[in-house]
Amino acid sequence: MRPFAYARATTAEDAMAEHDSGAYYLGGGTNLVDLMRLGVEEPSKLVDVTRLPYDRIERDPDGTLLIGAAVTNSGLAADRTVREEFPMLAKAVLSGASGQLRNLATVGGNLLQRTRCPYFQDASKPCNKREPGTGCPARDGENQNLAIMGHSAACVATHPSDMAVALMALDASVRVLARDGERTVPLDGFYRLPGNEPERDTTLDPGDLITGVVVPPLRVPAVYRKVRERASFAFALVSVAAALEVRGGTIQDVRLALGGVAHKPWRARNAEDVLRGAALTGEAFARAADAELAAAEPLGHNGYKVPLARNLIVQALTELGERS
Amino acid sequence: MDMPIHADITLNVNGREHRLTVDTRASLLDVLREDLGLTGSKKGCDHGQCGACTILLDGRRANGCLALAVAHDGADIVTVEGLAQDGELSAVQRAFIENDAFQCGYCTPGQLCSATAVLDEAARGWPSAVTGDLASAPPLDDTEIRERMSGNLCRCGAYVGIVAALREAAGEPNRAAADPLGAARQIREGARA
Amino acid sequence: MTYRLESRDKVTGRARYAFEYPVQDPAYLSAVQAHAGRGEVVSVDTESARRFPGVLAVLSCENAPRLAEPSHGELAVFQSRTVSYRGQFVAAVVAETLETAREAARLVRVEYAAEEPDVLLYTNHPGLYKPEQVNAGIATDTELGDPDGAFADSAVRVDVTYTTPAEHNNPMEPHTTTAQWNEDGTLTLYESTQGPSSHQRTLAQIFGLDKDQVRVVSTHVGGGFGSKGTPRPNSVLAAMAAREVGRPVKFAVPRQQMFATTGYRTPTIQRMRLGAAPDGRLDAIMHDVVEQTSTVEEFAEQAAAPTRVMYRAPHRRTTHRVTRLDVPTPSWMRAPGETPGMYALESAMDELAVAAGVDPVELRIRNDPDREPESGLPFSSRNLVACLEEGADRFGWAGRDPAPRARRVGRKLLGTGVAAATYPARRNPGRATARAESDGTFTVRIAASDIGTGARTALALIAAETLKADLDLVRMEVGDSSFPTASVAGGSSGTASWGTAVVRACESLRGRLNGAVPPEGIEASADTTSELKAEEEYARHGFGAHFVEVEVDMDTGEVRVPRMLGVFAVGRIINPVTARSQFIGGMTMGIGMALMEESVMDGEFGDYLNRDLAQYHVPSCADVRDIEAVWVEESDPHLNPMGSKGIGEIGIVGAAAAVGNAVAHACGVRTRDLPITPAKLLPHL
Repeated sequence: MRPFAYARATTAEDAMAEHDSGAYYLGGGTNLVDLMRLGVEEPSKLVDVTRLPYDRIERDPDGTLLIGAAVTNSGLAADRTVREEFPMLAKAVLSGASGQLRNLATVGGNLLQRTRCPYFQDASKPCNKREPGTGCPARDGENQNLAIMGHSAACVATHPSDMAVALMALDASVRVLARDGERTVPLDGFYRLPGNEPERDTTLDPGDLITGVVVPPLRVPAVYRKVRERASFAFALVSVAAALEVRGGTIQDVRLALGGVAHKPWRARNAEDVLRGAALTGEAFARAADAELAAAEPLGHNGYKVPLARNLIVQALTELGERS
Repeated sequence: MDMPIHADITLNVNGREHRLTVDTRASLLDVLREDLGLTGSKKGCDHGQCGACTILLDGRRANGCLALAVAHDGADIVTVEGLAQDGELSAVQRAFIENDAFQCGYCTPGQLCSATAVLDEAARGWPSAVTGDLASAPPLDDTEIRERMSGNLCRCGAYVGIVAALREAAGEPNRAAADPLGAARQIREGARA
Repeated sequence: MTYRLESRDKVTGRARYAFEYPVQDPAYLSAVQAHAGRGEVVSVDTESARRFPGVLAVLSCENAPRLAEPSHGELAVFQSRTVSYRGQFVAAVVAETLETAREAARLVRVEYAAEEPDVLLYTNHPGLYKPEQVNAGIATDTELGDPDGAFADSAVRVDVTYTTPAEHNNPMEPHTTTAQWNEDGTLTLYESTQGPSSHQRTLAQIFGLDKDQVRVVSTHVGGGFGSKGTPRPNSVLAAMAAREVGRPVKFAVPRQQMFATTGYRTPTIQRMRLGAAPDGRLDAIMHDVVEQTSTVEEFAEQAAAPTRVMYRAPHRRTTHRVTRLDVPTPSWMRAPGETPGMYALESAMDELAVAAGVDPVELRIRNDPDREPESGLPFSSRNLVACLEEGADRFGWAGRDPAPRARRVGRKLLGTGVAAATYPARRNPGRATARAESDGTFTVRIAASDIGTGARTALALIAAETLKADLDLVRMEVGDSSFPTASVAGGSSGTASWGTAVVRACESLRGRLNGAVPPEGIEASADTTSELKAEEEYARHGFGAHFVEVEVDMDTGEVRVPRMLGVFAVGRIINPVTARSQFIGGMTMGIGMALMEESVMDGEFGDYLNRDLAQYHVPSCADVRDIEAVWVEESDPHLNPMGSKGIGEIGIVGAAAAVGNAVAHACGVRTRDLPITPAKLLPHL
């Protein structure tokens, strides 16, 4: 690990003042320290933002949730309001990592965990994400766990977060403090597809600080379901976050997001379009899943993710349909 | 190569205060093992993937290998060495012995710290990924125990004993010894007074 | 019912493992791995690493001291410029701190003349050859009768090929050495080893020392499963570095590096042909195995060996072919041979049961032999049928509907499967001492290693019984090469081998006890070499049966194991507490083998790609639900003074087949390629 300076900030102003070129903000460190020890990340300075005053979860009178960036994953999942009003979010958070990792990991850090790929994690091999221009051995290599949607010639990595998939389905936004002021970025626009710049996982600029996540209220049933060959403590092969609003046998509104399929949590808008206004039938669910997955471009070893994602969508919607 | 950068920190470990100068890169795990000689906490993977390094950090279980020591200045830490009090094993430690919840013993310190915290988390009503109604405070049944203990890998395959041990320790009426952090704090405050 | 003697030390953190011995002023080592898959080291640029404050030495093939030619090629650390596989150690940095060593190791620049590595195993690989013998000194090929003719004439035929991937042992404690050279020129190694005596011999030879000039201490070892059965490069490297810097050196192989440098189970391709009469009685068995070894050393796994033991059939053949690839040398992993071999045989038996329309328990009973089928030797004891019957009874096997996809709960398909297990009951010669102390206690010493098996406790029980003394009067000391020479903790031979020596030493001591013990105590010793040579000829094996229930998610292909039962016939059980844990531990590893364990060879770069515990999955607590192990009474006078058979490995043997058979029963899909993952299952559901 490259030596680095360490600064602990107690205010956002401190943190942004300490942040210089080569600096990273440090949350729980569960992904950053891991990657630093692999030689994948080499910050010259860590600015510890875990003691900034963003450690609270607040609920607006209209039901909107504001989650501070320094809230731990376990704190989020244990929160009474989250459990009662956003159980799908709590479930997604609890589906990730392990109890001891969730105690360290923060909401801001979770959003910013790097995409996963075995070649990215091995500093002895080429990787466009780690060293732009060196090539992507995963594309024609061992890509069983990698992307089927939205990948590029440069990168086929997947985003590993469970929480972010739930937040994507919940239409959440990220509050970002920049040197020129604060902005709120919808999650879909916060993450990006690899394109020709796979080194960039998000649209943040250097020095931008996440202060929290805003989640609009959701008053309809929602589920999170994650598939993995190990029963716990494993990244998703594919996961789905779904919410469904039904009135009189007709689908009024639907939210659908997939994990494990792309460089970002994948909002399945094509499927949603098919479902909105459709009758609540299994046939509609299947048609919606197919509409979304028509764009899938499986790689050499991950074709199974297409039927897996399809089945998961149908399974989740069926469950929600039975509940509504 | 850049020069190492050092920082002065204080750690309160098992009720004792330690003032240390650490490399900013040093993990709590390495500081405990190499600087303080507390080798009970184990290094199995150094990447948060096995749980052998699990300690109680400010009252919560955490992977010591991914926690940078410099970022935890002033922390209260309990390691496996601090679970027994005055030579008396905690309920969890006793239950591990009586249910043969380990073989080689290398993952055991992490399992014990994790198990101690699981009892505490359950007492606080925290849910897990297998909790049916997330708004409820789930009982600590075997399914809950298995899910909650899954961050601690055991290659010897002692899970059956580990689950039995937790079931047994959870059922003990007097679990005072399962709050080592509280006890450690008392010791420290007593020493200061 | 005896809890582990070292229990208290293990739950309080006092039990010391190899990295944890308090040595004076230790230095830390970090190793550099080859980034070429095959070729030569052209140059090693150590300048920037060496210049860095805190770096004590940088070692490589350009400056390493010459060592005696080792007994195993993987131990010739830095002795040539040849790169035999990607990930091989090519340099090392020793520094004041772990962080400095690791960072400086990143600064070592190695130039290679690289060639294209050949790393993938396939059925008709041009390099396949017939090794002279296979692991454990077993014959490479065997043939009886006319297997091809008999197979062709059989009414019911199964001709299928199974593949198993490379798998890594992954003990929780990494391979670790703390090496210290003492003032008198002797070497002390605190080592994570399964065999202190053999480790001592091997390292002494490499460093040109007398055996007694090396001391290997392994009081506690954090698992091994075969991978610590032979010395690994880490030990040579730490000892070399400690001599170079004149200080103790500590080296724990990082988890990622373990995937190239500490052994693994070879992938296998196994063609099984079973020919049977309409009632399932076997006429012909053919088991042809293809597997890999390295260019460094030959290791040929005896995967077809159990097929020579299991079932009656007049016509039979077994073969092993290996090829030398540019890969790390495969080695022992829990029940080498039996584990992959019985996966194939017991899966094929299940397919035969389906083809013949015979219940799979009944099929195995019908084919149970009177004598060992290939050698013709009598079995010292064989109670496979009893295990099958006891297991069927406890599991509720009777009335099982053999039809696949016939049981469904919600979106889950349920199924059950059975498979047999076997493992040889071996013994190796060795020594032990027993001392009567003047205070009425006893001290028993042997250079055995307790890697979590419960050996320390079992041996203490054996000693106490022989001495007719209370267990708490017996001090059992293991894990030190300065104790009497013992064989390695491997081949499930430990308790049988060491126990024999302990019994003989204790018997000898008891014969000399006559009234008060003098202040200096009385010591007796034993050497079992001649006793073992005089052994009668018997086929000695343990047997068992696994019964498994699985649920297969129809939408996702996820497989879970809600219920698993193992029944074993393994002679006398010395300590029920630790024996049960051994069986269940093996069965748990069998679940891993069946459903998740796979080391993925990167065909482009030539190393195992998924080299950590987030990518190489071993079972977690949530994967193990209702799992139980029991045993049937078995009295066998032809084994050893204890009447025991080895129990450390048989739990994994056949377990993966039982899971796979249950999956086929649940969903009608037979995946002949381990592990059975959603990726493989889902497209067929």
